[in-house]
Amino acid sequence: MAKQYETVIGLEVHVELATKTKIFCGCSTAFGGEPNTHTCPVCTGMPGSLPVLNKKVLEYAVAVGLATNCTISRYCKFDRKNYFYPDNPQNYQISQLYLPICQNGRVEIETEKGKKFIGIHEIHMEEDAGKLIHDEWDDCSLVDYNRSGVPLIEIVSEPDMRSADEVIAYLEKLRMIIQYLGASDCKLQEGSMRADVNLSVRKTGEEGFGTRTEMKNLNSFRAIARAIEGERERQIELLEEGKKVIQETRRWDDAGGESYPMRSKEDARDYRYFPDPDLVPIVIDDVFLEKIRKKQPEFREDKMRRYKEEFDIPAYDIEIITGSKHMADVFEATVALGSHPKKVSNWLMGETLRLLKEKGLDPEDVSFSPENLAKLISLTDTKAVSGSVAKEVFEIMFARDIDPEKYVEGHGLKTVNDEGTLRRTVEEVIAGNPQSVEDYRKGKEKAIGFLVGQTMKAMKGKADPGMVNKLLKELL
Amino acid sequence: MANMISDETIEYVGILAKLALSEEEKEQARKDMGSMLDYIDKLGELETQGVEPMSHVFPVKNVFREDIVTNGDMREEILKNAPGEKDGMFVVPRTFE
Repeated sequence: MAKQYETVIGLEVHVELATKTKIFCGCSTAFGGEPNTHTCPVCTGMPGSLPVLNKKVLEYAVAVGLATNCTISRYCKFDRKNYFYPDNPQNYQISQLYLPICQNGRVEIETEKGKKFIGIHEIHMEEDAGKLIHDEWDDCSLVDYNRSGVPLIEIVSEPDMRSADEVIAYLEKLRMIIQYLGASDCKLQEGSMRADVNLSVRKTGEEGFGTRTEMKNLNSFRAIARAIEGERERQIELLEEGKKVIQETRRWDDAGGESYPMRSKEDARDYRYFPDPDLVPIVIDDVFLEKIRKKQPEFREDKMRRYKEEFDIPAYDIEIITGSKHMADVFEATVALGSHPKKVSNWLMGETLRLLKEKGLDPEDVSFSPENLAKLISLTDTKAVSGSVAKEVFEIMFARDIDPEKYVEGHGLKTVNDEGTLRRTVEEVIAGNPQSVEDYRKGKEKAIGFLVGQTMKAMKGKADPGMVNKLLKELL
Repeated sequence: MANMISDETIEYVGILAKLALSEEEKEQARKDMGSMLDYIDKLGELETQGVEPMSHVFPVKNVFREDIVTNGDMREEILKNAPGEKDGMFVVPRTFE
């Protein structure tokens, strides 16, 4: 039954831009400030205050538009979207309705059936709202306007997606483009990327669209996939029962695994948009456009292609490393300092990913410098430190970006190449482990591994295992 | 008056504007809005073919600010405009989605 229906999905993606200041005033956008400490008359909507556009917002919006193959509007302006809600102190949100900055773009995604284009209807600039906190104690609501006026771009797709997988591929694609541009960190959990899902179903083969609903409160890829599945089923069930889908906004409750209609911000969805007279029109000329175009980075696909040609590392490593702009930057900078690409890749793919996972961090959070990674690699290349010491040092470097050379020097971790000391230790180990010595002499080759381990332990890891092995064999 | 505003429209506009209007006020609003629309209708008499829609009254464009933090913490001043204050926040009637 469900098979006869096709799901039609369009997305509205809000992305918080990585500017230092708000879109229309000089207040900081930094996270974690005490409530209302990043506010001023402009972002709290005081009468007589004058908003002035942050140029960086325009630059980011145009850069994202170019990267998503949009036509950039040479003439654009801001409009007021009117509604009453306490998170919106002006009683209107400054947004763009009539002449959005970017239009008619598309991005390519990979699907099970091959490549597919997802159309982008438009991208517009707007301001974020404040945060409402509900005070159960006094039965009132409290408002923090620190987020009010934080710049957003809203990327509106065409209804071109047909499954949760396609939606996720599209979001991943957008995230990658925007992260590469440095325009946002695009973290769904933290709300710097938010997706509203517009979904309708129709009988397979039908041309027209069914009635759609809009779903909000989706803050992970998993929640998005589950919400799409749930909403598709709900709508099909309604249609099968001969009922109608009502066009409404629904809120997804991920814990409960179901959505319910939201009490809309206003009873009527009539925003009475009109041009904002406080903000003057924007005219984009060739010089401005060319400046942005020149600054566009090498995007992921090109980078992957180049890595394949330039570096002898596995395709899987390339995929993981280029999956984060920051990781790719660290990789390239370390290689540029003379480290072997495969060795750099090994540190990133092995210890770095392990520690990121262990600490619940993102690749963007990697904080050690390429210089220090290159130094560590060089220490292992010259056998100045053993593999186990290198891992220890790396862990500290990962946490505090220390200089591994100084650290190794300061903590006396250098491999002891003095054969006399090493020989004495090996002799002690042999004397202390008669059982293993006997096993080895009886032909149990594995016993030597234990003796190497004991020697390394006695040397606190500061020995070259190859040399220990050689000495043991010689002395046994 | 050429433009007659219906009761429903007055009701609807009242809801959008969050205004609770008395019967007399509704009647007054109906008259005011009607004459405003009549006035606007005058524009329809003009030949506007080929005239670009005006989006701003001043011949000004591209007014930007640089992305530099210029405002410090002015919470105390800002909260003076709040209808009520608690824990550094604006107190408003209980609102939820």
